[in-house]
Amino acid sequence: MRRHAVQAVLVIAGALLALVGVGAAPALADGETVQGALRNSGAPVPGVKITATSAGGFSGTATSDAQGKWVIKVPGPGEYKVALDTKTLPDKVTLRFPERNPFTTTVNGDQTKSVIFAFGKDTRVTESKADQAANRFAQGLRFGLLIALAAVGLSLIFGTTGLTNFAHGELVTLGALVAFFFNSTVGVPLLLAAVLTVIVCGGAGWVQDKGLWGPLRKRGTGLIAMMIISIGLSIALRYTFLFIFGGTTKSYPDAQGATSIGPGPITLTGLDYLSMLISIIVLLGFAYFLLRTRTGKATRAVADNPALSAASGIDVDRVIRIVWIAGGALAGLAGVLLGIAQQVNFQMGFQILLLIFASVTLGGLGTAFGALVGSLVVGIVVEMSTLWIPAELKYVGALAILIIILLVRPQGILGRAQRVG
Amino acid sequence: MDWGNIIDNALRAFIGIDTVIYALAAIGLNVHFGYTGLLNFGQAAFLAVAAYGLAISVSISGLPFGVGIIVGLLGAVVLAILLGIPTLRLRADYLAIVTIAAAEIFRLIVRSASLRDQTGGSNGLSAFSEGFYSLNPFPKGSYGFGPFVYNERDTWVLLVGWVLIVLASTIVWLLMRSPWGRVIKAVREDEDAVRSLGKNVYAYKMQSLIIGGVLGSLGGFMLALGKGSVQPDLYGTELTFFAYTVLLLGGAARVLGPVIGSALFWLVLSLTDNILNQAIDAGYISSSIINSNQVGQIRFIMVGVALMLLMIFRPQGIFGDRKELALDGR
Repeated sequence: MRRHAVQAVLVIAGALLALVGVGAAPALADGETVQGALRNSGAPVPGVKITATSAGGFSGTATSDAQGKWVIKVPGPGEYKVALDTKTLPDKVTLRFPERNPFTTTVNGDQTKSVIFAFGKDTRVTESKADQAANRFAQGLRFGLLIALAAVGLSLIFGTTGLTNFAHGELVTLGALVAFFFNSTVGVPLLLAAVLTVIVCGGAGWVQDKGLWGPLRKRGTGLIAMMIISIGLSIALRYTFLFIFGGTTKSYPDAQGATSIGPGPITLTGLDYLSMLISIIVLLGFAYFLLRTRTGKATRAVADNPALSAASGIDVDRVIRIVWIAGGALAGLAGVLLGIAQQVNFQMGFQILLLIFASVTLGGLGTAFGALVGSLVVGIVVEMSTLWIPAELKYVGALAILIIILLVRPQGILGRAQRVG
Repeated sequence: MDWGNIIDNALRAFIGIDTVIYALAAIGLNVHFGYTGLLNFGQAAFLAVAAYGLAISVSISGLPFGVGIIVGLLGAVVLAILLGIPTLRLRADYLAIVTIAAAEIFRLIVRSASLRDQTGGSNGLSAFSEGFYSLNPFPKGSYGFGPFVYNERDTWVLLVGWVLIVLASTIVWLLMRSPWGRVIKAVREDEDAVRSLGKNVYAYKMQSLIIGGVLGSLGGFMLALGKGSVQPDLYGTELTFFAYTVLLLGGAARVLGPVIGSALFWLVLSLTDNILNQAIDAGYISSSIINSNQVGQIRFIMVGVALMLLMIFRPQGIFGDRKELALDGR
């Protein structure tokens, strides 16, 4: 009985493999192809003639199959004009954008280029500017809170040790990757994975201080030298992440398929609101720690004047160790939440490093609350700027603000006016 | 494993186009960082401005090659002034953050799809180097000896590149033994002392930023002409960090430090790349541990670790003088 079942499974598996093999054959072929799948509100559109031509005189034709798929093999990279013969379309099926037929596309070497022809009425809704602005503002707030988590740590590390840490972005990436490992490979729920990640990243901060920065401080290595060392560390770590994790972008299993819950035009998911809530609670908790606890007061004292606080009996090394652990943990949490917001890859931390720097400089180097204000400004500016400029340029606005603020108010919004040159 | 091939490749890399590009970029950085103590982390922007200045003038505006070179050089001067005005009065780490931000702004803008007609977007531009190759005095054929055999195109590029390196090094040597060079080095050592002697420190720093930027921009021309195209992602932050590694390897504040650093840097990278690749092909290293795609990643990990170790244990590099590199305060 069991043997029959096994045989049945094998037969079915074999049949599936055969099917997949047939279906995949065109895509696996070497060289360049232009292809697509014709679908009219979900249903395949078979029997439509499509022609690809090039200026070099090439002409190839294909007819969409029962699944609506069509593939045209082209002779090499270059520009192709892909035309759909509207006479072969079934009745009542019309192109949604007739002006995009024929469609000109550029095919790169060994590329399988997909060309989409859409059918039916244009169902896109154009949002009003006010709705877009409201949504962008909410997204910016979410992004700003994320940056704040990383920026507060970076700013305190700078304040207590003078180090401009270019490897802080890698702590953010580490957070996202560790959480991905726990959530995807181990199968721990995302919330628990986040807690474990914060512990691991706090540990990573401690290890960095214990193994690298502490000994360097004791040797009396200069600040500029330490900054360059942090660049080396950043490159080495980033490409180690690439080596282990690969170059692909992945998302947490628990964060997939979440839908927006509003309100109104705002497209944030329940998980997004939860992550904003977590950011706010953690930042408030950290503010309480800095303002009300003995260790927190000692931390602010060291950030203000290390020599004087050492003279008044504060254990500076202990404070710096705590700052590194807290900075690592906060950056790790930022990484987890950033992974929810925009998926996980090996250089996500490095990509926002300059924004973190911009926030910290904007708020005033070395101050914790300045970093918070600066982050919110940067996050909101980055997102709101996409109302006017292309989304691919959204970081440019924030970096330009960084340069302008240095011209006008080098000490930052909350920094004390002092000689910085 | 074919050791002859590995060694031939390494020797070619020793004087190859990458060595030329990074030597020029690092000669410029040497003026900034080695002699003046300016932390310029945006050297990639100087190379990019020069390369794009040339490419846009020739292939978009249709200007002659010589005009393109002048536009590129002027671009580097303008960039230095724009970067210098807000930052040279501030502490060194501000200059570092602003220059790296400026380099990224430039890269993001030229790779933007909305400027595709002017800059070619993420594909970049090509077809601007005919003017350069039409000056080539070498007739068709192959030149050289031993492992160093090149076609007429490569011979011309490498010859021009090494002539530029000799010129740039001579300029740096002459500048640094002049009174101007002594003031620059004094600025690195103690800015306030120089100011108290009545020198305009800001102006000296600005001049140094411009000269180093223009020298570095020569590397941008070589990168554009050597590849025959400009692509925005070649001018990312890694270029600057590699140039720093090259400079610190050879020894900052030494005229020939960047040149020797660059040659050694690419020799070592070529050796490790080739040895790893051949070991994987020959099955000495299982491809489950390292596959051939990952060899390039190991290169970056090595550069990062090398930069850390150099800075920790031998900040003066191979030829530098430790006293010349008191990297602190600024």
